[in-house]
Amino acid sequence: MIATGLRAAATEQIGNTGLNIAIFTGFVALTLIFVIRASRTNKTTADMYTGGAAFTGRQNGFAISGDYLSAASFLGIAGAIALSGYDGFLYSVGFLVAWVVALLLVAELLRNTGRFTMADVLSFRMQERPVRTAAAISTLVVSFFYLLAQMAGAGGLVALLLNVTDKTGQSLVIAGVGALMIVYVLVGGMKGTTYVQIIKAILLIGAALLMTVWVLAQYGFNFSQLLGDGAAAGASLEPGKKYGIDSLSKIDFFSLSIALVLGTAGLPHILMRFYTVPTAKEARKSVVWAIWLIGLFYLFTLTLGYGAAALVGPEKIAAAPGGANSAAPMLAFELGGTLLLGIVSAVAFATILAVVAGLTITASASFAHDIYTNVIHHGNSPDGKEVKVARIAAIVIGIVAILGGIAANGQNIAFLVALAFAIAASANLPTILFSLFWKRFNTRGCLWSIYGGLIITVGLIFFSPAVSGAETSMFPNQDWSWFPLANPGLVSIPLAFALGIIGTLTSSEHLEYKAAEMEVRAITGAGAEGKAISH
Amino acid sequence: MSKSEHHGAGLPAPTEREAAYLSVLASPDFQELRAKHRNWVIPATAGGLSFYFLYVVMSIFAVDFMSQKVIGNVNVGLIFGFLQFVATFAVTMAYVRFADRELDPRSAKIRAEMEAEGLA
Repeated sequence: MIATGLRAAATEQIGNTGLNIAIFTGFVALTLIFVIRASRTNKTTADMYTGGAAFTGRQNGFAISGDYLSAASFLGIAGAIALSGYDGFLYSVGFLVAWVVALLLVAELLRNTGRFTMADVLSFRMQERPVRTAAAISTLVVSFFYLLAQMAGAGGLVALLLNVTDKTGQSLVIAGVGALMIVYVLVGGMKGTTYVQIIKAILLIGAALLMTVWVLAQYGFNFSQLLGDGAAAGASLEPGKKYGIDSLSKIDFFSLSIALVLGTAGLPHILMRFYTVPTAKEARKSVVWAIWLIGLFYLFTLTLGYGAAALVGPEKIAAAPGGANSAAPMLAFELGGTLLLGIVSAVAFATILAVVAGLTITASASFAHDIYTNVIHHGNSPDGKEVKVARIAAIVIGIVAILGGIAANGQNIAFLVALAFAIAASANLPTILFSLFWKRFNTRGCLWSIYGGLIITVGLIFFSPAVSGAETSMFPNQDWSWFPLANPGLVSIPLAFALGIIGTLTSSEHLEYKAAEMEVRAITGAGAEGKAISH
Repeated sequence: MSKSEHHGAGLPAPTEREAAYLSVLASPDFQELRAKHRNWVIPATAGGLSFYFLYVVMSIFAVDFMSQKVIGNVNVGLIFGFLQFVATFAVTMAYVRFADRELDPRSAKIRAEMEAEGLA
């Protein structure tokens, strides 16, 4: 159960677990209805990957929020604020401000020049096969680390939600989550997955709103007093509790802040969502909806975090089996007892399920569309084969995610998510921005930036104290670390941009004719998929 | 869609389709749209990110200033953090207004002309 302090209530566990299962089953049943209804129109690759690009901006805005607000956002940030106070809130700020980059520089231009995947845009004017291969590898790596984090989070939540504490039982539940997610993706395609995201976003934001109002009501809506109590319990109001210890930790924090703000616009599963609407204008609307929803949610996290510190207490949270991640569920128990705990845990579980489905569809689309059809078959795969390959890829990715999740169960979730953000900001964002805004950019620059960013980021993490050589490492008993920062962004992101520039300038390849076409199409939307529906 | 690749410094003559796109690119209407777009989004992004990094750097190096209490227990740092949200929402609304008024009509006009020429 979630806290040592709650163990005494062992008799409550049974009713509690039954309630949790009932609420969670309700969510699965509700979403499965939408998924099965969506399956009637899940025949072509366009249906499978983008739901036929037929969603409205508002629907897609909710779905983007559903994709973006992962377990790390809900459980992770509330826990970080509850334990570290002010320093934890910097996550919320970074994750939101990142959307300025996505809205202003990426969303519409990407919608206008691509069709299914990130690689569509990057390979538009380059030598197609090498660039597609690189972009697909980068998509798969980012999605894999993101998937690992979500699946590992599922393991911890299961302990809470279903009262399964032994590793075997948790592994079985992780496998169950994976299997359910594969069903969503196979049956519903992008359309079904999008409905799952929308329902989940409403539930998650609703639950966070409910808890926020509840916490504030306990304080007579005196926010200042809530902060005071939280600070008195240990959630500092001053900066620096976690990251102000020495100059190295300060640099590490700055490095993290760069990855947070630049990673979002390079996350493949977020980029793919821009293709599910018919026009660039709808893509713009969807990002605007997403910014409002995500912004409101992150404001709630401040109250949830300080509320958890004030009402539950940082020591009790840190000592719980899920550690910092259990702050939000424990706050729910403190406020509304077993019923609210059940609701919040089920919502958190639904969150993981939905994000995992979104990631799986992105990774399988990238494999089938980029590698299978365009690299292996030069753009002419046998009729109907690509959908089959995408489905098989979804099953394989699902199985890999299940195995990875079981292996990563109990590992540091925030570390894995930050790694995914750092890779996305290093390997994907420079090439996306150069492709859209620099006409001299060419194949060599693109390949150097993607592979360079990928290798440097993963390499620096591997040799960082996050992996070995420190008490909090993945391998605390061994030490091969030489890179001092846990967050590589400060080094890897500028290097990836520089590699893109150096690679481009040392290659004599000029692609100005295709660059002209890309630029015209990016800004005007001429020739974009689904333009016929625009009005 | 054919993928034409150009190697070496000497570019071959553009195909008919490429020439058509090059002429759209060079047209005053397109140049105006492009300038309006870039002159808005690039400074706005730079401004938003600068404001964010100012907040991050001050949280690291100006701890005393950020810890000053302003209203009850609400200190400068929290207000600064809250202003990040306000700034993000403000940039978002301003961009939507700008795009609706200045970008959409211009891009629709160019797109219609291209469609009339069978380009799009």
